[in-house]
Amino acid sequence: MATAAIPKTKIIGGSFLIEDRTTAEVFTPEDFTDEHRQIAQTTEEFARNEIVPNIEKIEHKDWQVTRDLLKKAAELGLATVDIPEEYGGADMDKISSCIIADRIAVSGSFSVSFGGHVGIGTLPIVYFGTKEQKAKYLPKLASGDWIAAYALSENTSASDAMNARTKAVLSKDGKHWVLNGEKMWITNAHFADVFIVFAKVDGEKFSAFIVEKDFPGFSVGAEEKKMGIRGSSTAPLILNDCQVPAENLLGEIGKGHVIAFNSLNIGRFKLGAGVVGGARNALTNAISYAKERKAWGKSISDFGLIKEKLANMAIGVYVGEALAYRTVGMIETILADIDKNAPDASTQIRKGIEEYAVECSILKVWGSEMIDSVVDEVVQIYGGYGFVEEYPAERSYRDARVNRIFEGTNEINRMIITGWLMKRAMSGQLALMPAIKQLMDEVLAGPSMGEPLEGPLAAERTIIANAKKAGLMVSGVAMQKYMMGQQDQQEIMGAMANMIIEAYAMESAVLRTQKLIENKGEAACETAIAMTRAYISGSVDKVESEAKRVLAACAEGDMLRTQMAILRRLFKYEPINSISARQHVADRVIEAGKYVF
Amino acid sequence: MKILVCMKQVPQKDAPLKLNETGTWIREDVSYEVNEPDAYALEEALRQKEKHGGEVVVITAGPARSQQVLREGLAKGADSAIHLEDPGFVGLDAFNTAKAFAAAIKEENFDLIFTGLQSDDYGYAQTGVVLAEIMGWPHATIIMQIDKQDGGIKVKRELEAGFFQHVDMPLPAVLTIQSGINKLRYATLIGIKQAKNKPLRKVTMDEVRSSLGDNMQKIEKLYIPQKTKKTEMLTGSPAEIAKQLVEKLKNEVRVL
Repeated sequence: MATAAIPKTKIIGGSFLIEDRTTAEVFTPEDFTDEHRQIAQTTEEFARNEIVPNIEKIEHKDWQVTRDLLKKAAELGLATVDIPEEYGGADMDKISSCIIADRIAVSGSFSVSFGGHVGIGTLPIVYFGTKEQKAKYLPKLASGDWIAAYALSENTSASDAMNARTKAVLSKDGKHWVLNGEKMWITNAHFADVFIVFAKVDGEKFSAFIVEKDFPGFSVGAEEKKMGIRGSSTAPLILNDCQVPAENLLGEIGKGHVIAFNSLNIGRFKLGAGVVGGARNALTNAISYAKERKAWGKSISDFGLIKEKLANMAIGVYVGEALAYRTVGMIETILADIDKNAPDASTQIRKGIEEYAVECSILKVWGSEMIDSVVDEVVQIYGGYGFVEEYPAERSYRDARVNRIFEGTNEINRMIITGWLMKRAMSGQLALMPAIKQLMDEVLAGPSMGEPLEGPLAAERTIIANAKKAGLMVSGVAMQKYMMGQQDQQEIMGAMANMIIEAYAMESAVLRTQKLIENKGEAACETAIAMTRAYISGSVDKVESEAKRVLAACAEGDMLRTQMAILRRLFKYEPINSISARQHVADRVIEAGKYVF
Repeated sequence: MKILVCMKQVPQKDAPLKLNETGTWIREDVSYEVNEPDAYALEEALRQKEKHGGEVVVITAGPARSQQVLREGLAKGADSAIHLEDPGFVGLDAFNTAKAFAAAIKEENFDLIFTGLQSDDYGYAQTGVVLAEIMGWPHATIIMQIDKQDGGIKVKRELEAGFFQHVDMPLPAVLTIQSGINKLRYATLIGIKQAKNKPLRKVTMDEVRSSLGDNMQKIEKLYIPQKTKKTEMLTGSPAEIAKQLVEKLKNEVRVL
């Protein structure tokens, strides 16, 4: 019985760029404990038996159905995994939390309602609430009697949340905060009971409040008519002299941003897990349709171009799982050592999660773009049937799109990825600067023969090591050119983020497969190896192209030619036969009729 | 009532099966699950416990991986588990499996033993019945309903052609449970968490070997039947086709 699978090494957030990891230091889905597997099973059964038969009703905004399902999920513990036991929660690790977000994802609408409640709606109280606030709200939220929501955006501020216009003023008798303003895009608005509302105290100090739907002056506006996730409620909140008891201030005055951004960090890794689950589910639909649908006397799953799509989807899920569980594994390693009864336990937990802000952002960006390409290809496989509402392809296509928008747009997250790493580098928390300097000295010294890597996936590991070097080199060049002004060069920041994202994704995939090989032997891991190699062959091209883009923007003439020569050296590798690798992957998933890992 | 539920781990229903190298069984690298009728047996036991109090114990025989079914039983509410752990239990005939179970529980006093009606892999429907013989207890098969009454139980058996039989039985007894008789519960997260701390007794093959005889079952060869598909087109006017069809259904297919 597997029980102690969580890696011991505490890893510095963002260090994947400059440090190599061993397989023992990363958590993979193959490291799930028996408990994790049971939780996955319960969640899958719940999704299959309770959510799927109700999708039509959910899509028609039958809020009672969603509320009943949330209540049932709460009774099973699926909705309470992050709530301490003393308040009625199941109180389990973040890996379990991630598994639930992943396996529950069979309906975009329900997943969003669920995430709004258990994640960004409830967690601010778990991490920032006073004892009294926790005792008052958490048991009701844990039982599913009450549903939570999170209200940060406004019509003129979303990604720039700190520019909120909603104002909170303390009443003369000091008993109430009086809130005025309008919040927008609020998930669960029409059926939630309690809202985490952000407002500026006296129009200046950004703060958070716990607002109940029955407080005087609180109302919910008209439901938005959305492109996707139509079965989730999204509406504005109207706060018209809304009276919030003084004790419902959440956290400290002026510290609302800490609550807002930490909630988003958690939201991001859960979203990352959710999109992997959504993609897996879309893939299963696509496989069964492709096997069933006949053209010229055979199943369209026998055709190469369809196989290629199915393989790409499976690879997306495989790499996505590697990314999601590696990230949550690192978080769990830090959290495992925290004494949950310590007075500052919540602060420590938040800090643990914050440590991996870059990884969480990577997971969000990579995952939301992966699922978008998956659902796009699912529509293509369904052909005309993918374009009509009777089949699931159309709905998943619409539902997936919002993932690139909420929890911080992918553009904002790209800025976070590069910006946060630069900040850590400047402050010395992450030894990026010495690494860049060492690399520059090394590459300027000319080609070195270095010891070639050996063992399974040696070629891929070399590619990743060189891609990381290219990332450092490009960072060095861009920093030299723009110095502190680099923050304003969004295109360059974005291109660098793309390189960083791919480096983390490639490495996560390779480490997962290496670990599999160590445990099962190379012969038993043929499909995993094929997926990894196929992914890396495409990913490294992206890294190279982004590197060129940045270099060309930062240098010219001889300097650019020298840098390009270095780049060519770093990206010198023999292409693999990615067509046969994908055929192998496709054959496996077609035979099994589902994603096979 | 103290109830023992015999549970078996079987390959998942939709798992693509491949023959092993010797062609005598399937390859081990498939996904496994709880044998479906056993899941209903467990559910029934848990419901009986909720109604009348008592204790539910789950038992299985198989390699380390089969402990998963016991964990599932414990997470759903069973109080303790017994694992006869040895790869040698895979492929053991029903007679010896029942003997092994009987040996493993000889120190315990159960009022009832439930098994699923049959297993999804071998499908013998024998272990429960043989176990009753070995224990010297009465048994009833294909059970749809169990009601406790003074001095025993009343059970409803499913017979063929929509008939049912109601039987009064004394305790202790062995019942083999039909699938679909109740609604299976989920393992809750709290249940999963608590399962870790529930007692699980391991029994080795050596501990029960003296009770076993020779394995009376050996699979010589297992093969996947060749797909044969024959389509015959009936031609003629609708009346002629209907006549031919009726003839074939009567004489060839023999369903009329």
